[in-house]
Amino acid sequence: MLHIVNKSPFERNALKSCLAHALAGDSVLLIEDAVIGAVSGSSIVTELQQAINGNAVKIYALSPDLAARGVKAERVLEGIQVVDYAGFVDLTVANEKTQSWL
Amino acid sequence: MKYTIMVNEGPYQHQSSDTALQFVRAALAKGHTIFRVFFYHDGVNNGTRLAVPPKDDRMLQKEWSELAEKHGLDLVICIAAAQRRGLMDASEAKRQGLSADNIAAGFRISGLGQLIEGGIESDRTIVFGD
Repeated sequence: MLHIVNKSPFERNALKSCLAHALAGDSVLLIEDAVIGAVSGSSIVTELQQAINGNAVKIYALSPDLAARGVKAERVLEGIQVVDYAGFVDLTVANEKTQSWL
Repeated sequence: MKYTIMVNEGPYQHQSSDTALQFVRAALAKGHTIFRVFFYHDGVNNGTRLAVPPKDDRMLQKEWSELAEKHGLDLVICIAAAQRRGLMDASEAKRQGLSADNIAAGFRISGLGQLIEGGIESDRTIVFGD
């Protein structure tokens, strides 16, 4: 299953809720303001690392939205994969179900 | 793969109308089919032809219309959401006794059943919104 989160984790708790519900093998795509959560060293890192390393959840972040917010690839938390819109489409193909955490 | 896209946010709220448009472009570029784009809540504001944004601003309404013409997209606006926000096609304006309509080219007004049908007919339904 693909989870899409579009709000900053420092504004709403959608990402935290999503990470608490995501199951092993699920993918979580951060888009729009949610990409701020992908920055290495932020206060959401523990939850993200737990999801990636402890729970076998794959985390992705949308590259144009990272670029729009001045986040360069080297500042993205290790273990998060950066994808463009074509990669976004591929994720929706690879996952039969998609849930947007609005 | 066949997609239905739902847009719940207007062009001047956050970013989701832009994201939806970019996603549709990327899906089409990969050879996928867009069965329908359904505009709901403030998303219906993507479908007015009377918006006049500043010249240096993007104009999503026009971009949707152009994309619809190029790829034969079915852009559907929810009627109840549209009525609340003053989005009218000619027949609806006439039925309501209004002096003008404002729906942009390529859009049509219909009901929520179109979203449900889109979900049934498509392989994937992707929601963009606030």
